Amino acid sequence: MEKNNTSIYKPGRRDFLKNTALGSGAFLLGIQMSCTDRNKFLTGNPDATFAPNVYMSISGTGEVTLIAHRSEMGTGIRTSLPLIMADELEADWTKVKLEQAIGDAKYGDQNTDGSYSVRMFYPQLRKAGATARLMLEQAAANEWGVDVSECTAKNHQVHHTSGKSFGYGYLAEKAAALPVPDESQIKLKDPKDFKYITKKTSIYDLEDIVTGKAGFGMDVEIPNAKVAVIRRNPEAGAGIKSYNADAALSVPGVQKIYQMDAPGFPMGYERPLGGIVVIADHSWAAIKGRDALSIEWDRGANHDYNSADYIGDMSGLTKKNGSIKREQGQIKKALAGATQVIEQDYRIPHFSHAPMEPPCATAHFKEDGTCKIWAPVQDPQWTHRAVAGALEIEPEKVTVNVTLLGGAFGRKSKPDFVVEAALASREYGGPIKLLWTREDDIQFDFYHFSCAQHMKVGINADNKVIAWLHRSIFPPIAGTADPNGKQASTFELCMGMLDMPFDIENVSCETNEAPAKIRIGWLRSVANINHAFAVGCMIDQVAEARNMDPVDNMLDLLGPDRNIDFGSMVDGFWNYNEPIENFPWSTARFKNVINTVKEKSGWGKDLPQGRGIGFAAHRSFLTYVACAVEVEVDEGEIKIPMVHFAVDCGVAVNPERIKSQFEGGAAFGASLVLMSKITVENGAVVQDNFDNYLVARIQHAPYETEVHIIDSQEKPTGVGEPPVPPFIPALCNAIYQATGQRITELPIKLA
Amino acid sequence: MASYTLKINNQLHEVEATPDMPLLWVLRDLLGLTGTKYGCGKALCGTCTVHVDGLPMRSCIVTIDGLADKSITTIEGLGDNKLHPVQKAWMEEDVPQCGYCQSGQIMSAVALLESNPNPSDEDIDAAMAGNICRCGTYVRIRRAIKKAAKLS
Repeated sequence: MEKNNTSIYKPGRRDFLKNTALGSGAFLLGIQMSCTDRNKFLTGNPDATFAPNVYMSISGTGEVTLIAHRSEMGTGIRTSLPLIMADELEADWTKVKLEQAIGDAKYGDQNTDGSYSVRMFYPQLRKAGATARLMLEQAAANEWGVDVSECTAKNHQVHHTSGKSFGYGYLAEKAAALPVPDESQIKLKDPKDFKYITKKTSIYDLEDIVTGKAGFGMDVEIPNAKVAVIRRNPEAGAGIKSYNADAALSVPGVQKIYQMDAPGFPMGYERPLGGIVVIADHSWAAIKGRDALSIEWDRGANHDYNSADYIGDMSGLTKKNGSIKREQGQIKKALAGATQVIEQDYRIPHFSHAPMEPPCATAHFKEDGTCKIWAPVQDPQWTHRAVAGALEIEPEKVTVNVTLLGGAFGRKSKPDFVVEAALASREYGGPIKLLWTREDDIQFDFYHFSCAQHMKVGINADNKVIAWLHRSIFPPIAGTADPNGKQASTFELCMGMLDMPFDIENVSCETNEAPAKIRIGWLRSVANINHAFAVGCMIDQVAEARNMDPVDNMLDLLGPDRNIDFGSMVDGFWNYNEPIENFPWSTARFKNVINTVKEKSGWGKDLPQGRGIGFAAHRSFLTYVACAVEVEVDEGEIKIPMVHFAVDCGVAVNPERIKSQFEGGAAFGASLVLMSKITVENGAVVQDNFDNYLVARIQHAPYETEVHIIDSQEKPTGVGEPPVPPFIPALCNAIYQATGQRITELPIKLA
Repeated sequence: MASYTLKINNQLHEVEATPDMPLLWVLRDLLGLTGTKYGCGKALCGTCTVHVDGLPMRSCIVTIDGLADKSITTIEGLGDNKLHPVQKAWMEEDVPQCGYCQSGQIMSAVALLESNPNPSDEDIDAAMAGNICRCGTYVRIRRAIKKAAKLS
């Protein structure tokens, strides 16, 4: 694994693009390549490097190295972001090499979370590529003694109108000597000239993955590394009264056993849960040694937590007036005056992320006081800070190398497992590969919040929806680290509740306190799971009450085309960290995806007995999605023959990966609706592996998923999370069509 | 500890291990064949699937003491230094997302096609039900199996 680093050197600082996010770098990276090209006009000085910014370098041999600075967990981001640069650079993708960045603030934001990688970096990376392209053109123009306007970069070469050309390798040294052009001179490509953006490109690691060569966190091999596993208190965060390691120490291969302290309460996001650490020559010895431990556990602050009772309490609380987070008109009066009131409670349990690769990390704390990390982390800079903090060493002594992530879904944002590895390495005095077994993963996750909701919708004599009461209660993410974080915060409620887009006169959106009694984290699409479920199912009931087609009902409720002024309706409205002026909530774009799904899915067609089609639409992470799901229910067994999605995510940077995110998002949603559930009894999680924490398998997942991408020139937005929310109610509504049973609790139990 | 000779990808390997050591950890921790992945340790997810005498097995529950005279194939040995038709189909259909479970998926698919060169949807469901993919690449797995059936 260390070999990646030996080829990286520092070519020297340039203050290029200093006014942009790209230019904040302390130094630049370049890669030295051997020179074998015989054409002197294609290649130049093999020692030369043109490294105009921290994200790219071109060697004298013409090899372009692009830095993938965000984490690859399956979305394709490691391919899609460099592709944006390669396009503007007019690089030949087959001559591009990717380097995964270490965690370092010089790359800007590396927190691969919240579906914002493309949104945040599309403009900057285009500019970075275009600037390098202009400098290469200028270098060629200087060589030929012509004006740069006569020179055009195309496919790794710069061409002159006369027909002469130079390769990028030849120009690298010359471009490196040029002053950086003023930003006003930089011309971005006309979208019609895109060669990669909006076109299909396979992921960079494809062949490595199918041949078993791809390097995940689990696959890190450091000479002489020992393997560590930890036995944690089943009641997460609680301590240890006593333990006996005699039997464990007699297991062949076990080297050391020691106690790691528990964090206390609240547990926080980055502190290890503590427990008994077993260090052994290999994974099997460590696991066997751990099984042989005898431990008397202490009880902690959450020993009284029973999730079944707790959700009942939360549901009871939804019947009371809550803390109002959005209010329009007079909800009580409107409900009292309504001719029809539809009332419904909704519940969802805790969910676990369960990425196929459980958390794992390799750490080498050395005698010189430095610590090297190799880990599958979504947020390498947070990991960096957390490790330095836990080891109490200066941040510059820590290096975080990022591997491929074998799935994450939000779990690998939290660096707790990396801190465990770092502490174990220091304790052992050598490199440690820390492994979470599947049992550890499911029992000690940062779970999706369980949630109780209550909704009341009033319809008047003219069949108009006049009242919308929505109460949503769940233990907030903040409660994991902050004892005062007892109530869902505005940003969580802006995921599908406070941003309710329907044109209704009397609205009240409320929440109430529900302290976290277990580690709560963010799971793919976060609170949108809760709210899209309740709102999407309620809207279907409203359509029925109004005797309207569900699609027509939603189009009607959306009212006239407009950008909704949520800023005036909700204090501190959260628009996924973007000003709403830059990314408005457009009912026109929403209607467009709805109409597209209606048209493409054959909405309204006759279906045989036992089949049903359901519809829902939801905007999350600034991406507009509509969804139609077809189900077939046979003696309680649910199959999903067909799913249609329409998505408006602005410019579709890598359409092939957008489609794959939607196909996968549907399968992910199917798990949540049909089978996944975490329960907690007396503070301990009951489920511990895939035989009791159930997830969708091939026969449960949609048989076909069609993804209709809206052709758009709007700013690009993310697609990792947005498929999940609308799929959930669309599936529930389809089940209703097929069975007549309304779904109000996940996972579903058919009568 | 005892000494074992294993035939893996047509090569003989000698390892020292306790008899209860699962093949998964022999491959990964003793031999550095990390293409075979850990997923659950209890034959519930299929991520660690390899072939033992041509049959798909979950290497996390196959212990080393029963493997003498058996021929083991892992993802590294699948194509004999070139891509197996199933791997080719996997690439043509752009199946992987994170990729972690795909070694196991491919090994299960190869075993299916060896015993049933033209599987129906039901056959595919039955053969692949033991392999979980949390990214949800199932639609493409099915498509790639059908494509591989044509390629081979």
